[in-house]
This record gives sequence, C-alpha cells and structure tokens, in this order.
Amino acid sequence: MPEAVDLSLFARPSGDGTLGMDLAVEGIACGACIGRIESAVKRLPGVTEARLNFTNRRLHVNWTDGAIAPAQILQTLEEAGYHGYPFAPLRAEEEEATEARRLTRSLAVAGFAAMNIMLLSVSVWAGNATDITPETRDFFHWASALIALPAAAYAGRPFFSNAWQALRAGALNMDVPISLGVILALGMSAVETANHARDAYYDSAVMLLFFLLVGRALDHAMRRKTRAVAGNLAALKAETAHRFTGDELISVPAAGLHAGDRLLVKPGERVPADGSVLGGVSELDESLITGETARRKVGAGATIYAGSMNYSGALTMRVTAADRATLLDEIERLLEKAASAKSHAMRLADRAARFYAPMVHLTAALTFVGWWLAGASLHDAVVTAIAVLIITCPCALALAIPAVQVVASGALFRAGVILNAGDAIERLGEADTVIFDKTGTLTLPEPRVVYAAAIDPELLQMAARLALSSRHPLAVALARESASYIPYDVVTEEPGQGVRATLGGIQARLGSAAFCGFAPAAAGEPGESHICFVYGSRAATIAISQKLRPDAVEVVQALRGRGLDLHILSGDRADAVRPVAERLGITQWLGELKPAEKIARIEALKAQGRRVLMVGDGLNDAPALAAAHVSLSPIAAADVTRAQADAVFLGERLAPVLDAIRIASRARVLMKENLWFAAIYNMIAVPIAIAGAITPLIAALAMSGSSMMVTLNALRGGKAS
Amino acid sequence: MNVLVYLIPMALGLGLLGLFGFLWALRSGQYSDVDGAALRVLSDDDIEPPKPAP
Repeated sequence: MPEAVDLSLFARPSGDGTLGMDLAVEGIACGACIGRIESAVKRLPGVTEARLNFTNRRLHVNWTDGAIAPAQILQTLEEAGYHGYPFAPLRAEEEEATEARRLTRSLAVAGFAAMNIMLLSVSVWAGNATDITPETRDFFHWASALIALPAAAYAGRPFFSNAWQALRAGALNMDVPISLGVILALGMSAVETANHARDAYYDSAVMLLFFLLVGRALDHAMRRKTRAVAGNLAALKAETAHRFTGDELISVPAAGLHAGDRLLVKPGERVPADGSVLGGVSELDESLITGETARRKVGAGATIYAGSMNYSGALTMRVTAADRATLLDEIERLLEKAASAKSHAMRLADRAARFYAPMVHLTAALTFVGWWLAGASLHDAVVTAIAVLIITCPCALALAIPAVQVVASGALFRAGVILNAGDAIERLGEADTVIFDKTGTLTLPEPRVVYAAAIDPELLQMAARLALSSRHPLAVALARESASYIPYDVVTEEPGQGVRATLGGIQARLGSAAFCGFAPAAAGEPGESHICFVYGSRAATIAISQKLRPDAVEVVQALRGRGLDLHILSGDRADAVRPVAERLGITQWLGELKPAEKIARIEALKAQGRRVLMVGDGLNDAPALAAAHVSLSPIAAADVTRAQADAVFLGERLAPVLDAIRIASRARVLMKENLWFAAIYNMIAVPIAIAGAITPLIAALAMSGSSMMVTLNALRGGKAS
Repeated sequence: MNVLVYLIPMALGLGLLGLFGFLWALRSGQYSDVDGAALRVLSDDDIEPPKPAP
C-alpha cells in the first residue's frame, strides 16, 4: 500500500543546516551488515553521515535539509533487507550517557593516581624497613600529595555531592562515611607529611575511591545497556496511525497525533489513540486494557481506547486526547496513589548504611576520647581515631551490594529479563507471593489455534498458508501455524467474509461458517472463536483462543516448589479464568476484578506481611503493579504498564519469571553474605585500629583484600542456575 | 638518590600522557561502540568495488 509517511517528528536539526535522525535497526546479524547498511544509506543524495552503532543496534543519519524525505531512509533500509524504526532518544538516556562519561573520567583519574601513589608508597614501606633517608621519604610523600589531592578532588565528586545532598536532607547514606574517610585521610596525611612523619595514608584514600568508582561505573554501564535495549524495543513497538489530511491518508507515528485528528483504523491494527468512532462498524478486543477477552461491538459515537485491537471492519475515528477517557483517568489516579505508597520500601544498602554510618563515627569518636583519657598526646589520639575511620571506611560494604547487582542483572539480561528499577533485584528476591494476571501474562498475548492436533495436518497447513493472505486477526492467528511464509499466488479476499483460492484445481475457502457453507458453529468454550476451512469435500472448523504460554504449567509447578504462594487476579469473566486456574492448579483465583479491586487484594495480602510479586500486562494491571512490592511485565504489555513494571521479560515463555525469582533470591543471599563478610572484616580490623597498630601497609592490604573478596563472592551470582 | 628528583616527575609525566590519551579517546567516542569497532577493522571499504553493489 503506497501511503505517504510523515516522519518529520523524529528529524532534528543538527545546527549546520542538516537534519539528524536516529533509528533502531532490526535484522543486524553480523559485522558485514555495518558496511552494507552504511553504504546503502550514504548513496542517498544529500546524506552527509550514516553511522551504525553495532553495540546498541542504532543508526544515526545526517542529511541536508530538503534533499530527501526521511521515509526514503527507511525504504533504503527495507530494500537492503533490514527494518528501521525511528525514535527520539529519551532525555533520561542522554543524561545517563553524560553521567557515564563523567564516571569513566573519574575512574581513569582515580586509577592513574592509585597506581602511581602505590608505586611511591611501596618504596616508602620498603625504605622504612631498610635505610630510607627522611628527606627522600618526605619527597615521596609530597609527590604522593601532589597526585592524591587533585585526583581525589576530581574523582571523589560523585561521592562528595551525594553525601552533601544526604546531609542537607538530614539523612545518612553510605557516601557520608566514604567522603568523611577520604577527606580526613588526605587531610591527616598532608599534616603528617608537613611534620616529616613516618606514615601517610594517601594510597588508602585514593585506592578506596578507585574501588568504589569501579563498582559504580559497572553498575551504571549495566543499567545503560538494559536501558538501550528497552529503548530499541519501545521503538520497534511504536505504532503508526493513518491520518486523513484532507482526503489523503498519511502514515504518522502515534506519538505525533493531536486531539481532533481524523484517523483510519484498519482491521487487524491496534487503535493508536483514545477517541470516538466517526464511522464504520467493528468489534474491538480490549483485553489489553480491561483483561476482558469477549469482544465489544462498536459503531459511530462509541468511545474507544488506545491499545484495543480492531477485529472486523475499518473504522474512522477522531482523537480526543484533550479530555482523557474516563478509564485512563481512573488508572492514572490509582497509579499515582500506589506509587507514592511504595517509596517506603527501603533498600538493603541504605538500611545497612543507616546502621553502619553512626557506628563508624561513634567508634572513631570513642577511640579518640579513650586514647586521650588514657594519657596519649592529642596528636596520637587524633591519628588513631582517623586510622579507625579509614579502616572502617565501607570499601567492602559499598562494593558488597553493587557488585552483586551488576552480576545478577547480567544474569537476568541473559535470561531475557530487563530491569527498569535498580533495586528491583533485592525486592524480587524477597517475594513470597506471586499474583498473575491471566490474559497476556499466563496466556500468550496473541490468540492461537487450539486443539491443532485434532485437525488433519495437511488441511491445517493449507488453511494456515491461505491465511497468510488475510489481515483478519483470526487469520493472522491461524497463519502462525504455517510452515511456509509464502502466500498462495492468486487469492481473493471477500471483505468481512473470508478468502478463497483455487489450489490444484479445487476451490479452497477460509472464513466465516456461512462463507464456507457450514451451519453456524455452536458456541464452544468461552473466549473461543472459530474459523472454517473447506477444500473440496474436506472441511475443518478451527478453534482459535487465548492459549497458555507453552511452559506455563511447568513454571507454575516450579514456583510452587519454591514455596511461593500463587494467585490469579483477572479482569476477565470468571468462567474464562476458571479453566486456566484449573489447568495450572492454582486454587486462589478471582475474576471480573476492577483495577481498584486488584489493588485492594494486594493491600490485603501486604497487610498480612506478604511480599507480593505482581506479574501483569494489561492497562488495568498498571496500578496493581505499582502497588505490589515488586512487579514484572511481559514485553508485549501496554506502554503504561511496561513503564510501571520493575522489570520486563521477553519472549513467549513464562520461564523468565522463574529465572528472575531464582537469580534474584540467589543475589539476595550473596548480598547478605557480602554484608556479613564486611561486618566480620570490621570485627577483626577495628580492634587493631583502635589499638593503634594500623600501618598504611596493613590498611592497604585490608582494603584491597576485602574488596577483592566481596567482588569474587558476587561473581558466583552470574553462574548458570 | 638525587636522580629521583627528575626520574619521578618524568615517570609521572609519562603516566599523565597515558591518562590524557585515554580521556581524549573517551571524548572522541572511541568507546561508544566497542563491538562495532572490532568488526569494522575487517571491512574492505578502502578497496574500490569492481561495480556498484546491487
């Protein structure tokens, strides 16, 4: 269908008279694709730059304004065998890129400083044991100060600014003892150096910064990677709408629609925006919005919601974004309420920090007072107290959780689970109750042929291949069974009835019962639709319905085996939920629930002290996802829902839910082990420090040793199963 | 040991050179597509194709 495409929404001026656009490219399989794509796009007149980023599968194109229409780029890609999806980079993603560069620069500076200072420190330690002259030692100390002070001022900014923010808000986080430790260690070392002292702690302070920055940079890189994948998926899923401009039909991205636009919604497409029907009659599948699988008949004047699937006829509609549909309003109101209630959940790291930071400060203060009362000089008492601060500086503690998070999110990524929220792993690991939505979560998002085994395979293949020629949703569902992707040559479609073709001299018809000359089929199971196929004298009635995800039964069994309490809360009718619940052996299920009722159920469970994991995909699930302790969504979910979920899982299988819980609870165990390890390290090291027996060498060994231990322990979380 | 007075600044200078090299590479986007860079080196885009590719 040659239809003009308007992509001006995505083209942004680059400043030098050219326009730029970013595309997520699908179909890149190997390195050769880079050259193929870039040279194909560069051959277009006016294109000044085409650069493919192979890591995140994105193409950036610059062209002289007016030389080509952006749609030509998509067409060129299409001709080369790839699909391009334009997208506007999210502001959050750009901010994260800036932050990542800042962290990497800090890391580089800290790494440089740590290596050089350690070189000087080792010389001093060796010299102290042998015959270093005080002058040489002072020179080495001053050289260390020259490197450490500017390096720490630069590389420590991420910690200093966080600590400052926390202090101003009257709170303590892990960055407060870190900043205090670094600043005091450097300050004391500078004073000691001026006094020609034997020991200085520059290496400890800078090494601490380096280790912490490694953890933070890793954490950031992993989050950016999952964000990029999520961004590409969003672009791939972005819907286009057919807008009337005068009498002409123009294809525009759904994001570029305005209230009052007149649109055409073809059968088999999703409604791109909320609005009212101007003309046409059709049936809408609103399962993504309400969970209800029975279709709703709509005609002129009816209100329709974005995300509904148009089943039978073409509709013209008017967009009414200005006064939002009551359903969306209700859902947004619930969302806001649920999200504000959730922020009470505290992260493990913060909990540890709240307990740990005052302890550190108190211990250091007591050490100072103790030594002073015991008759030590003011100088010695201060030096010992600072040594306590340095040794307790939560190097291992601050790495303990991020290191596990990085490794676990990598494992989740490989299992097909993409995290939206950084602390989701901890909360996932705590879940003891799982609530599933039915439609699109336990079942596949798209309907499928059921009882396929009961149909003659040859006949089914023929029907499926014939179905390739139709856009009707039932035909699309049937076509998924086809082994071949090549439609039959001459196929005639009778709008609203079916398709027919002559195969091997015999007529074949696929469509409604009347079209195939059948008596109308009796209503079967609830939620089931029928499509008929005749080939000469042979005939079949094919049932199409929501089908369970292929591994749903095993996954549910495995979840129960882990001791989790399972529930189904669905917006669908009770008699559609019952068979699914029985199949899976889930006894606690409820149907016909409104969004607010789902929240009420979750709140009731939370009141019993349960940690609820909500798995859902519909718009009606979004508030429930926000209310739950932690939430998962399949990638096919409604936009609002996907944005609300803590993590999104890919693919047709339900297994990622099980993997996510398994990886997360393992990660939680590792986090606790690491925290315990850090505590034990402190129990050993702190008495030595209080006794005043810490030398810079011991501090350096303890710090790097404990960091190494927690990192190695965290790596165990990445092993398969 | 007076030799240290200029050897150590020299060593630091060389280290700084490496640091600035890294920062420059970071700023010029050489780390933005690490997977792609590994593959680009294999492409023969500097060799003129005999005829325009289809």
